[in-house]
Amino acid sequence: MNENRIHTEVTQWLGQHWDPNMDLITWRSLVADSGWGAPSWPADYYGKGMSPQDAAMVEQAFAEYGAVGAAQSGVRMLAAVTLLAHGSHEQKQKYLRGILTGEDQWCQLFSEPGSGSDLAGATTRADLRGDEWIVNGQKVWNTSAHHAQYGLLLARTDWDAPKHQGLTYFIINMEQPGVEVRQLAQMNGHASFNEVFMTDAVVNRDDLVGVEGGGWQCAMTTLANERRSFDRARDVGGRKARKGKIFSDLEEEFAIANEPYTWYPQRAGRVDLIMPRAVETGAINDPATRQDIARLHIMAECAKWTGDRAKAAAKAGKPQGPEGSLGKLAASNVARLASRVHTAISGNDAMLTGPDSPMDGTIAEILVSTPAISIAGGTDEIQKNIIAERVLGLPKEPRFDDGPFRDVRRNTGPAADGTN
Amino acid sequence: MTLVFTPDQDQFRDSIQRFLKDKMPTTEVRRLMATQRGFDDDLWQQASQQLALTGIHISEDLGGAGFGAIELAIACEEMGRSLFCGPYFSSAVLSAYALMLAADQDQQEQWLPELASGDIRASLAITETATIWSAADIQTTANTSGDGQIRLTGSKHFVIDGQTADLLIVAAQSPSGVGLYLIESDAPGLSISPLNTMDPTRKMASLTMADVPAIELSRSPESLPSTLLSAACILLANEMVGGAQQLLQSSVEYTQLRYQFGRSIASFQAIKHRLADLLLDVELARSAAYQAAQTLADCGDLAQLSQAQQRQLTEHASLAKAAVSETYLKVALETIQLHGGIGFTWENDTHLWFKRAKASEVLFGTPAEHRERMLSAMTEAATKENAA
Ligand SMILES: Cc1cc2nc3c(=O)[nH]c(=O)nc-3n(C[C@H](O)[C@H](O)[C@H](O)COP(=O)(O)OP(=O)(O)OC[C@H]3O[C@@H](n4cnc5c(N)ncnc54)[C@H](O)[C@@H]3O)c2cc1C
Repeated sequence: MNENRIHTEVTQWLGQHWDPNMDLITWRSLVADSGWGAPSWPADYYGKGMSPQDAAMVEQAFAEYGAVGAAQSGVRMLAAVTLLAHGSHEQKQKYLRGILTGEDQWCQLFSEPGSGSDLAGATTRADLRGDEWIVNGQKVWNTSAHHAQYGLLLARTDWDAPKHQGLTYFIINMEQPGVEVRQLAQMNGHASFNEVFMTDAVVNRDDLVGVEGGGWQCAMTTLANERRSFDRARDVGGRKARKGKIFSDLEEEFAIANEPYTWYPQRAGRVDLIMPRAVETGAINDPATRQDIARLHIMAECAKWTGDRAKAAAKAGKPQGPEGSLGKLAASNVARLASRVHTAISGNDAMLTGPDSPMDGTIAEILVSTPAISIAGGTDEIQKNIIAERVLGLPKEPRFDDGPFRDVRRNTGPAADGTN
Repeated sequence: MTLVFTPDQDQFRDSIQRFLKDKMPTTEVRRLMATQRGFDDDLWQQASQQLALTGIHISEDLGGAGFGAIELAIACEEMGRSLFCGPYFSSAVLSAYALMLAADQDQQEQWLPELASGDIRASLAITETATIWSAADIQTTANTSGDGQIRLTGSKHFVIDGQTADLLIVAAQSPSGVGLYLIESDAPGLSISPLNTMDPTRKMASLTMADVPAIELSRSPESLPSTLLSAACILLANEMVGGAQQLLQSSVEYTQLRYQFGRSIASFQAIKHRLADLLLDVELARSAAYQAAQTLADCGDLAQLSQAQQRQLTEHASLAKAAVSETYLKVALETIQLHGGIGFTWENDTHLWFKRAKASEVLFGTPAEHRERMLSAMTEAATKENAA
């Protein structure tokens, strides 16, 4: 569609419907039903079947108008892309709307004490009894599970099949007696991830995503989208101090549901703060620090342009080149270097934390949060394996885990049952 | 910013790639690098006339192909990949840009068509002692004698392809500042001596000038040395990307062929991870080079840049030079390491690119100098914004 036409159409629609005194959910329900909340989704499911570029135009028109769009934070969009790709018609009808309105929070129940990088080694089990799957096991590091209504669950349904073929993907209702969520304290003082214990938890048969034994393919969809999101700075909420019920609701959503993500910009290294800090502290006049700052700027710009190249190639209909697989690794490198440069700029103040640390604790939060980015969503080492094997075509890692999963050697003892 | 090539540009790249693959295998590189002249006249003719590579970015009314910096960057990248031996960078890139920037209409009409056709070869002589070009480094003088004839006196170093150039474009100080001057290679008072360069695929010479008659290029804008340096860095960055890619490819191929401990060495994770890191480095460097070429292309007439354009060009050129030259050298060193003992032999081709990488690291300024140049441009911009 023509860019101007999209802009006009969206602006007209907003002119007819936007009212900042509505409550947030009512407004987002309107947005979801209109298709403007997720224009790149199919028209049958709250979308308009638009190209990503046109959809971006819509988002821009919303922003220019100053209107609130569909909910986007957290794991919800990963849930949505996975359901759109593998879910049944009923699942899409049932869940996608609550994702866009913000009524439902989601979490990702993949990692376990015994299997993180080796996700396919999951030992949480699901057994079919009558019309229900009964789930037993433990997940860990699950971001936002303490706020979530639903979980994306990877569980083993066949112990005799080879590792990757015995897994099934489910939607689990988190608000039930069989699910216990405990927040875990992190090294940066936040507690955004959790451990999740499932004891005879129940999953309705209709909530199996894709096919029994097809969980690995679904999980790959979720992960591929998660990894791509690392080279994007996360929107901290897009809220500005504006008047109206919608904005106070948004403020509340930000304070509670989005709280686990407040430190995410810091874990990416906050390259945007480097120059202001360097000027403020006078470090900008130190030749050695200038070299560090320049190195970081170069790396960050190159990473951004590499992402832009991937997008431009996709837009031009070219096959994806290597540039598309590198974003997550580049983001880790940028964050690591940014943390070092922030330290150099801050000098002694890098030893402080909380309100005593520069920028009311933001600098300290960068320094203690950047180590997460090279672990979450697949470690750097796993990314390098993937790049080496899939992009460069190098030999696969030797495997010691074929045959029936039952017989595969796996974690036993303390680490495996979650106690340390 | 587009950062993606058009189908025409892809096709253009393919045709250069095919040509160079056929005409510039490493056996030919080795043959030419051992000669004094360093290139083959027939091949130069084919490159200039059949492929019209020497006039890519020269306008059509001046005998060129009328393309821009992007197409020129593509040619440089492919030449860097194959280590093309010939005065392309010195004549078609540096000298053509110098003339476009500094020569007036008549002078352009006189010289650019001949440069575009490859019939004459020119070299740019700016450097005296400093690595990065600056007005302060230029001690060569341009004096006008009583008969109105301008004469140059001084010396120049690291003049790329200076020993085979027909025409030399020389930076010199006159009472009104730094300007560019043309001298012919057989001019009286000029002596040209070849330098022994570590990278034998890129020849260099020193010039000594004693009252050498010269013509002034009359349009020398104040920003000339800086603009020219930026253009040089951007095209060199693109050339380097081609070399870095070639090295990475050879590492990926060789490690899969070489067996130790009953398996290909590419199956060792230590090696896989290094190659993944190198791929990331090369792709980031590529982005810098392509973006910088785009910035150059977006500038339009280089003699009439706004201050904002000038700063952006400086920032992106120095960013690309610093980023790509460090990556190129890193990939070269890693490629030697990943080849083991054979990587240190003369027979193995890796050292050809290593030497190009080594020389390109300091040519037009070290990475540290360019990081500083980039940051200065950025902070200057920030200060201006704050003041406004
Ligand atoms: C902030 C944060 C948020 C997270 N959020 C979620 C979430 O919402 N949901 C969820 O399910 N999980 C989440 N995770 C978990 C995360 O996905 C895992 O921690 C990660 O995949 C690593 O697994 P692991 O912790 O078991 O480490 P391990 O897999 O035990 O890895 C330990 C070390 O061994 C290395 N290693 C492992 N395998 C290989 C190999 N084949 N080759 C080379 N090196 C290897 C790793 O790179 C790492 O350095 C989160 C983690 C963090 C830090």
